[in-house]
Amino acid sequence: MCDQTFLANVFGSCDKCFKQRALRPVFKKSQQLSYCSTCAEIHQVAERVEALGQFVMKTRRTLKGHGNKVLCMDWCKDKRRIVSSSQDGKVIVWDSFTTNKEHAVTMPCTWVMACAYAPSGCAIACGGLDNKCSVYPLTFDKNENMAAKKKSVAMHTNYLSACSFTNSDMQILTASGDGTCALWDVESGQLLQSFHGHGADVLCLDLAPSETGNTFVSGGCDKKAMVWDMRSGQCVQAFETHESDINSVRYYPSGDAFASGSDDATCRLYDLRADREVAIYSKESIIFGASSVDFSLSGRLLFAGYNDYTINVWDVLKGSRVSILFGHENRVSTLRVSPDGTAFCSGSWDHTLRVWA
Amino acid sequence: MAQDLSEKDLLKMEVEQLKKEVKNTRIPISKAGKEIKEYVEAQAGNDPFLKGIPEDKNPFKEKGPTFNALLLLLGRAFWLELAWSRTP
Repeated sequence: MCDQTFLANVFGSCDKCFKQRALRPVFKKSQQLSYCSTCAEIHQVAERVEALGQFVMKTRRTLKGHGNKVLCMDWCKDKRRIVSSSQDGKVIVWDSFTTNKEHAVTMPCTWVMACAYAPSGCAIACGGLDNKCSVYPLTFDKNENMAAKKKSVAMHTNYLSACSFTNSDMQILTASGDGTCALWDVESGQLLQSFHGHGADVLCLDLAPSETGNTFVSGGCDKKAMVWDMRSGQCVQAFETHESDINSVRYYPSGDAFASGSDDATCRLYDLRADREVAIYSKESIIFGASSVDFSLSGRLLFAGYNDYTINVWDVLKGSRVSILFGHENRVSTLRVSPDGTAFCSGSWDHTLRVWA
Repeated sequence: MAQDLSEKDLLKMEVEQLKKEVKNTRIPISKAGKEIKEYVEAQAGNDPFLKGIPEDKNPFKEKGPTFNALLLLLGRAFWLELAWSRTP
């Protein structure tokens, strides 16, 4: 009789991702669970990270002035100014320190779903049901009518859902309800590149942080998040694990991953180099969709605004919720962290924007 | 428009995309996960949300003079009320 010992492999469904795999024992809070190798690896990484302390975040400024639901907002690179757009067609530029309104434009259409600040701080772009993206140069001359200097840059065949300037004021990237994304030259209004691949409306997009080059990620109603190469127009990677429309996508500060928020009430983190989903941020008590997500400067915290009027703060590495913020009186529709990471601003259907720090 | 595409076209598009993606290089999670963790730990020192900002350096703090003035005003209002209620 041989007395060699054999390693017995247990096959079954993983306690975390429920896939049928070879399982390993994992100890969580002195309870033994069986995880597949991928979930076990992620669990190991999370275990070795120190837990976060308690967070105290409160509303420091409330920006009131919109007459209807706030749909989108963006920070200026000066970490102080904010542009926001709303359902009534108004686009307002605020000084978040003093809460003063610096500029206001009335768009010819309602539901201005997208707005963006130019990197130089000298212009803003916005669009919505008019199917176009228009650029307005910002001027401090009181006599000048901002609407007169408007430049129509992008033309889509359906509503504009998201727009963003690239690293310069010269190019704009747009996403539309017609299922495509496009890159435009601001000066001439020419289409430089178009991105086809989504099977339904594209709801959001985010550009890779500048050090890592020419890619961007888009999320749509087809539940897919796609990563595109801006130069070739090709989709490089696609992820389809969400169970409903993806409302918001945001790159991780290092550029190697991105997070997405969806109507299926979960936020997920996808690693680009491992080409897979690595974390799901969800709780049974959260049943309303996440409309908007953003990372803190280091990437440790993920802020997500939900349709149940709250903002949940997640620990990216451990997968647990750190804090829940109340204050808005209607859905949180948009959320962005300031460029220096000192605060974040949330816009809501209750007609206000709140700056939290 | 994407909505005008037939089911067959959408599936064809998806298959084309998957064929391209098969060639992508992938790194294992043990490496990718560790690198994310290392990035966060390296950057954690710079993150204002993690290390906190002292109230005097926070540009969004409550503005000092206004808050104190408000308190003074409220106090004055209270004493005035009292004085007026005492007059016959």
